[in-house]
Amino acid sequence: MSLKIIVLAKQVPDTRNVGPDAMTPEGTVNRAALPAVFNPEDLNALEQALRLKEQNPGSTITMLTMGLPKAAEVLKEGIYRGADEGILISDRPLGGADTLATSYTLAQAIKKVGKFDIILCGRQAIDGDTAQVGPQVAEKLGLTQITYAEEILECTKDKIVVKRHIDGGVETVQGPMPILVTVNGSAAPCRTRNVKRVWANKNREFTTWGAADIDADPMQIGKAGSPTNVKAVKSIVFKAKENKTLTSSDADIESLIVELMESNTIG
Amino acid sequence: MANSYTDVPEIKFHMEHPLMKRIVELKERNYADYGQYDYAPKDYEDALDNYDRLLEITGDINANIIGPNSEDVDAEGPHCENGRVRYASKTYENLDATNKAGLCGMTMPRRYGGLNLPNTVYTAANEIIAEGDAGFENIWSLQDCIETLYEFGDEDQRKRYIPRVCAGETMSMDLTEPDAGSDLQSVMLKATFDEKENCWRLNGVKRFITNGDSDIHLVLARSVEGTRDGRGLSMFIYDKRNGGVDVRRIENKLGIHGSPTCELVYRNAKAELCGSEKLGLIKYVMGLMNGARLGIASQSVGAEQAAYEEALNYARDRKQFGKEIINFPAVYDMISRIKAKLDAGRSLLYMTARYVDIYKALDDISKERKLTPEERDEYKKYSKMADAFTPLAKGMNSEFANESAYDSIQVHGGSGFMLEYKCQRVYRDARIMSIYEGTTQLQTVAAIRYITSGFYDGVIKEYEAEPVAPEYESYATRIKDMADKLQSCIAKVKEAENQDLLDLCARKLYEMTAYVIMCHLLLQDTQRAPELFCKSLVVFMNYAESEVAKHFNYVNKLDASQLEAYQQA
Repeated sequence: MSLKIIVLAKQVPDTRNVGPDAMTPEGTVNRAALPAVFNPEDLNALEQALRLKEQNPGSTITMLTMGLPKAAEVLKEGIYRGADEGILISDRPLGGADTLATSYTLAQAIKKVGKFDIILCGRQAIDGDTAQVGPQVAEKLGLTQITYAEEILECTKDKIVVKRHIDGGVETVQGPMPILVTVNGSAAPCRTRNVKRVWANKNREFTTWGAADIDADPMQIGKAGSPTNVKAVKSIVFKAKENKTLTSSDADIESLIVELMESNTIG
Repeated sequence: MANSYTDVPEIKFHMEHPLMKRIVELKERNYADYGQYDYAPKDYEDALDNYDRLLEITGDINANIIGPNSEDVDAEGPHCENGRVRYASKTYENLDATNKAGLCGMTMPRRYGGLNLPNTVYTAANEIIAEGDAGFENIWSLQDCIETLYEFGDEDQRKRYIPRVCAGETMSMDLTEPDAGSDLQSVMLKATFDEKENCWRLNGVKRFITNGDSDIHLVLARSVEGTRDGRGLSMFIYDKRNGGVDVRRIENKLGIHGSPTCELVYRNAKAELCGSEKLGLIKYVMGLMNGARLGIASQSVGAEQAAYEEALNYARDRKQFGKEIINFPAVYDMISRIKAKLDAGRSLLYMTARYVDIYKALDDISKERKLTPEERDEYKKYSKMADAFTPLAKGMNSEFANESAYDSIQVHGGSGFMLEYKCQRVYRDARIMSIYEGTTQLQTVAAIRYITSGFYDGVIKEYEAEPVAPEYESYATRIKDMADKLQSCIAKVKEAENQDLLDLCARKLYEMTAYVIMCHLLLQDTQRAPELFCKSLVVFMNYAESEVAKHFNYVNKLDASQLEAYQQA
């Protein structure tokens, strides 16, 4: 049984190794100071896809990424590890998208790709940390979704059994196919690049789709399709100097919440 | 992210040596595979870029998987269960990583699924992996036994076995027996021809077999009944799929714990002859051993790199008397010497690998077409150079690995004696390197004929003739002075016409030769990349000069009348 697998991947600034120049004085991310990397949990998703491909000979993996032309690097990295195809979704009107516009765009691209059995993506990206895109894509495509997956235990044309990470343990769930699965960082790490694939594909170029190619409604993409507005981004430095003991009373909790909001820690 | 290749620019420097152009041209047959295989390079630059990418992947796997796993592998070690080897659990993780990355069949031609790498690049991958875990490097690098099968096996055997190794199956070379260690002529494992089944059968015991439960074995066995020397020995291929060989026990060793050293029992094991009968030891094992010796030389350089990194990082962190200990002359004396030996030994390693590459590539071409007279001369020159340099590279680097591991522990002080620190494992692992695949004493035996015949002297004269920039002339003069001391020692020992005296002095002459050659190589490297080697050149020259003077003094003071004082029988 061969599967048609789609993997959604994102190129992100490497926020795991943040230096003092990670933020600009204006409070935005200084992308020049952070190397662009394959979003870590998308790599976990790719590994699950590669395992499905190994278990089901004849399966194909198509990767989709949305971003600047440079984002094609993640497609190449995917090909180096065993993915078959990569499509870059890149167009100026797509820029400035929030999770809603992004998931609309990805859903449109997936429709253009055509028939598939399973979509795999990371739980969330390390630049936004929203964990919204995967679930929203599923909603837009009318698919069942399983989030926080750690391992795909079984996958046939009709059903999938997934071990998913929950607070304090794991649970095993079953879903119908086709389906979208978001993969947690606790899943198996992605395998390394394969030498022959690297040598054969190092100069590979990828198909690029713009807004028109995927029949996107101009009002639902990019800034126009993004109701989210980032008012400001601040670098908050935690500088607790003293301890405070709180009871579980409503008054204490409320005072803590007020304090945290005043210090911009939450809110 | 840490990377054991990109973090060590000296390795890449050696991949870009001027001789590489010729090597790649020969190995790639003028890039004839381009267009036929999607992963074949189109020109020299493309090939170098491929090598660079391969080594980056190797460096990534080593720094992030093999290295971090090494402590657990060392503690757990392999186990013998029902006649089979079960590796330490993280050894399987390491193998999975190297196999998925496709780091297999490294030097084999593409038509069998190989990567068609020059030996020089394979040597670099070997060094990188040995830095992380010398024990795992053994398992991984035994894939190079396939070279012997490729060179001497028939086409049918090549087609059946090489693709399996290219897909990640492991190998071993079953040579040693309880009564046949350094003296392989005494091998007694019996090979008899089974007329009924039209195959060979092996019976007997092998001992100290590295990775002895591998998928494909090359076995040295006695096929001519009644013989007792090397002429009755042949090489066989044993395929584990056929069964008949069991692991009786795994040795409990001082180091390289991850690598299972096995005692094997052959019970009527089905085997096939590799090459011609009776050439097993005389021809094939000698070829196998030369490759294995280069492998241990690269393993040793990996250990030297590990010893250096451990010493350096510890000394930078550790504070005593109000400052980091790396600032104390007594400490940087040790670390600078570790680094100087590493740079000089590495240079000798890669020069040897390049010589091996040229002659092996020409040898391979000679099976497809007749070599031109120029190519034949080139073949002869480099095959002799490779033969002469291999014992120097193996012996010197394995001794350096031990000395540097010792110094690395010394830099750590009392902490280095604790099992929590990697330097103690490097020290334990390094200990075997100057023993297996021929002890340093046997490397000396292999080299001494080139010393007394004047072959190395010829090489040294060639190096002396190379242009030297004015600012390095004083070094060239000093090396010349060392070479003169060496020549006067050789003349003195030869004049005495006493074999015992020559054998007693051999190690000194061997080391003097190696120091002179390494000084030349390091001088050449420094002129091409002063930013990498200028410090090591200063330190190594001082060190080599003092060693040469010491040996000069020793050989000059020693005469045949003193032999009796040395004899302990």
